[in-house]
Amino acid sequence: MTGILKKISQINFGLMSPEDIRKMSVTKIVTPDTYDEDGYPIENGLMDPRLGVIDPSLKCRTCGSKGGDCQGHFGSINLARPVIHVGFADTIHKILRSTCNTCGRILLTESEIFDYREKFKNLIKNEESLTKIIKEVYTVARRDKCPHCEEEQEEVKIDKPVSMVEGNYKLTASEVRERLELIPDSDALILGVNAEKSKDGQQVARPEWMVLTVLPVPPVTVRPSITLETGERSEDDLTHKLVDILRINQRLKENMEAGAPQLIVEDLWELLQYHVTTYFDNEASGVPPARHRSGRPLKTLAQRLKGKEGRFRSNLSGKRVNFSARTVISPDPNISINEVGVPKIIATEVTVPVKITEWNLEEMKGYILNGSNLHPGANYVIRPDGRKIRIYDEIKETVAENLEKNFNEYTGEGSYVVERHLKDGDIVLFNRQPSLHRMSMMAHEVRVLPYKTFRLNLCVCPPYNADFDGDEMNMHIFQTEESRAEAKSLMRVQEHILSPRFGGPIIGGIHDHISGAYLLTRESAIFNEDQVFQILRKSNLPIPDKTGEKWTGKQIFSEVLPKDLNMVYTAEICRKCDECLKKECKNDAYVVIEDGKLLTGVMDEKAYGAFSGKILDHIVKEYGTDSAREFLDASTKLAVSGIMKAGFTTSTNDEEIPQEAKERIEVHLDHAEKKVDLLVEAYDNNELEALPGRSLEETLEMRIMQVLGEARDKSGEIAESYFDINENHAVIMALTGARGSMLNLTQITACVGQQSVRGGRIDRGYSERTLPHFQKRELGAKARGFVHSSYKKGLDPIEFFFHAMGGREGLVDTAIRTAQSGYMQRRLVNALQDLSVKEDGTVTDNRGVIIQTMYGEDGVDPAKSDYGKVVDLDKLVDEMRIKSEK
Amino acid sequence: MKKDILKHELVPDHVILSESEVTKVLKKIEAHAEQLPKINSDDPVAKSIGAKAGDVLEITRKSATAGKFITYRLVQD
Ligand SMILES: [Mg+2]
Ligand SMILES: [Zn+2]
Ligand SMILES: [Zn+2]
Ligand SMILES: [Zn+2]
Repeated sequence: MTGILKKISQINFGLMSPEDIRKMSVTKIVTPDTYDEDGYPIENGLMDPRLGVIDPSLKCRTCGSKGGDCQGHFGSINLARPVIHVGFADTIHKILRSTCNTCGRILLTESEIFDYREKFKNLIKNEESLTKIIKEVYTVARRDKCPHCEEEQEEVKIDKPVSMVEGNYKLTASEVRERLELIPDSDALILGVNAEKSKDGQQVARPEWMVLTVLPVPPVTVRPSITLETGERSEDDLTHKLVDILRINQRLKENMEAGAPQLIVEDLWELLQYHVTTYFDNEASGVPPARHRSGRPLKTLAQRLKGKEGRFRSNLSGKRVNFSARTVISPDPNISINEVGVPKIIATEVTVPVKITEWNLEEMKGYILNGSNLHPGANYVIRPDGRKIRIYDEIKETVAENLEKNFNEYTGEGSYVVERHLKDGDIVLFNRQPSLHRMSMMAHEVRVLPYKTFRLNLCVCPPYNADFDGDEMNMHIFQTEESRAEAKSLMRVQEHILSPRFGGPIIGGIHDHISGAYLLTRESAIFNEDQVFQILRKSNLPIPDKTGEKWTGKQIFSEVLPKDLNMVYTAEICRKCDECLKKECKNDAYVVIEDGKLLTGVMDEKAYGAFSGKILDHIVKEYGTDSAREFLDASTKLAVSGIMKAGFTTSTNDEEIPQEAKERIEVHLDHAEKKVDLLVEAYDNNELEALPGRSLEETLEMRIMQVLGEARDKSGEIAESYFDINENHAVIMALTGARGSMLNLTQITACVGQQSVRGGRIDRGYSERTLPHFQKRELGAKARGFVHSSYKKGLDPIEFFFHAMGGREGLVDTAIRTAQSGYMQRRLVNALQDLSVKEDGTVTDNRGVIIQTMYGEDGVDPAKSDYGKVVDLDKLVDEMRIKSEK
Repeated sequence: MKKDILKHELVPDHVILSESEVTKVLKKIEAHAEQLPKINSDDPVAKSIGAKAGDVLEITRKSATAGKFITYRLVQD
């Protein structure tokens, strides 16, 4: 696209003149009746066919387009007497108050008018708001005597909602209109009504247009009637209200023409005013709301727009859709990451529209014959004319027969469509809120399953951030072939294994997948052939010929690796020995894979875990997403089989250490606390030396924090030295990266450590001390929130209190952080949502204005990159070396 | 003392393109001059290199992702 399309120079908001309303009207509406005895709309009635059509089989008499394409056309009602528009009652009141009751001039002196006119000119020129100055005019322009014709003025009051009372006399709408007509165009501007004529004589507003003489009648598309199942017609609230208006209008006209007494005419006029008022706003103060026969207040124009359920907040800012489902999620390790388990009860409710062709006619007939209750069935047949036929068990045979007959005879445009049940293999959109990144909405293949929850593979928990403590997720069914094709190529789970955030895997093994892979591939894991075949069978892997040899777990895992895979890396369990023994590592942390055979090293989080899986990462990037999905499906199943062969459990016994270890820890902590006391003593005696750039107090705090931090780490190390990874499942989980950390374990076993509020030791509470249990200004370890105990031993009340303080701060921080980052995200998304990358790499906004001449300046799609880079040169060199060595 | 802002390390190189260069650039990126990002003619850099409204500046920046990156801005009043 080249060039700027068109610039909007200005938008005028104004009032509609009676001429405007008549010009836009396609017909006058006269009769309050809607349909005749045969059910046909009456001409000049509220359902006049010229107002537009809804039925797609009919053509609009006004614009000629089909129903659905015709947006409808306004009609109009000539009111027998003028009526005040509620929405402008306040403005009318203010204007009447500020203008002369005889000559219609504004109640300002000529010099004041001149001054205000200058001010208006300036504000308009600078594009500044006029509201403030208009308000000022309304307060200044109130006089007892008109400065222009010297006439005495009487106070005009408003009797809500629409009555204007001058002294004791209630002005009729006609009188109000006459007064407003008197106001000259030039005075109107200062009163906030832009009545100035443009060059072509057009006017945006005139004060008297706020009093209605003609009422626009919205087209039927705005107020469609609904046909109830009984065949009875039910009209929209607006139609009801318009009927009321027409009835009274007619009676008023007849009475006036017959020369009825003034009193009766005035009563009817009042009633017309009431109906028009409630037609616009049925919650206007001072009027009883108009009610339906059932007693329910009518929903008229203002009610359609206002509030949470109104057009703005409910339909424009928020949207709802059909063909969607929501239920609780639960895990299923046996389905693929690409799949989602859909409860049968949902699969029979949400449908896929299928166009009938001669090739699928038999299949579709089968679905129709199953009906809407039996699973692979169908719920509706849609005829080419748009009519929808619900499939009931009683009529399903006839529907199927008719369909075949009609389809074979049909030669016109459009096609027959069957809305069939969801079945295995259908592509659906699956979503979990908050939808913070694109992996929050991915396309899955359906697996129809029993029970009532959505089932998902555990590997897709990280991108959705889902767990199964009651989380619910939404599913949407694509309704067109294009959307299905697009979703399948762009949104499938396997296409999102790599995150665009860091160019590494975000989908991968978690929790027991990791522990399981470790148990399976550790050195001590030896299996006999029967066990191996069981494991392979469970993972849907090919069973090799019997040899009678024993298998190592590493051999089993090699079955899921690509045959030409070569990799070397250090596993998560690597303890960062001072000198790495590589293949001879006693922790078996040095992973070597040659030609798809795992030679040394164990499989853990670094192998195929979400966020850090190196093998997974390598397979996606080198072998493609299909292989990666197969690898992930197979390896996680293998790991689950592995963990089930070995058995896996944990309890507080895993955090138990011998008495001797407890004593050593105790000695250490006591020693550290003494050291703190010595530091405090040195500080009190002014013997402490300040660190560069720090005050004495800051120095003391830093030294104490350091001593206590070291004390906790050391006590942790002591506890750790008694843990055995071969026996202790909690340690397996911590070291392999499956769940929990070594810190978690040592806090349970040895020492919880320092609690902090606002990044320092606790120093708040009572005056100059944290709790009354301490001396004022006491600076010792315990007095400032050091928790000496372990979780397992239990905290004493003082420690418990400090721990609660630290814990509370953590909770408050996360609550605030989510609120802040949510708003930040919203602003970012609003700013970026319309940007797009063109084929040549330029980034433009929706007007075609260039944002970047090359996406990200380097044109790299981070989701297709190697951790943000096009290539990792070091890795490439390493791989070439391995190849040349062979 | 007034410093030459063009020598500051955070100010990338700005060059005014000749008319033929502008045509070439716009052809390359398939865009109209109005679609380019804008720079005010009273921007300190625009002023010090003497750019006038309607000129197109070629800006050579250091880039964290690409090393060096060239972009264009249209001078406006
Ligand atoms: Mg949850
Ligand atoms: Zn029409
Ligand atoms: Zn007057
Ligand atoms: Zn090692």
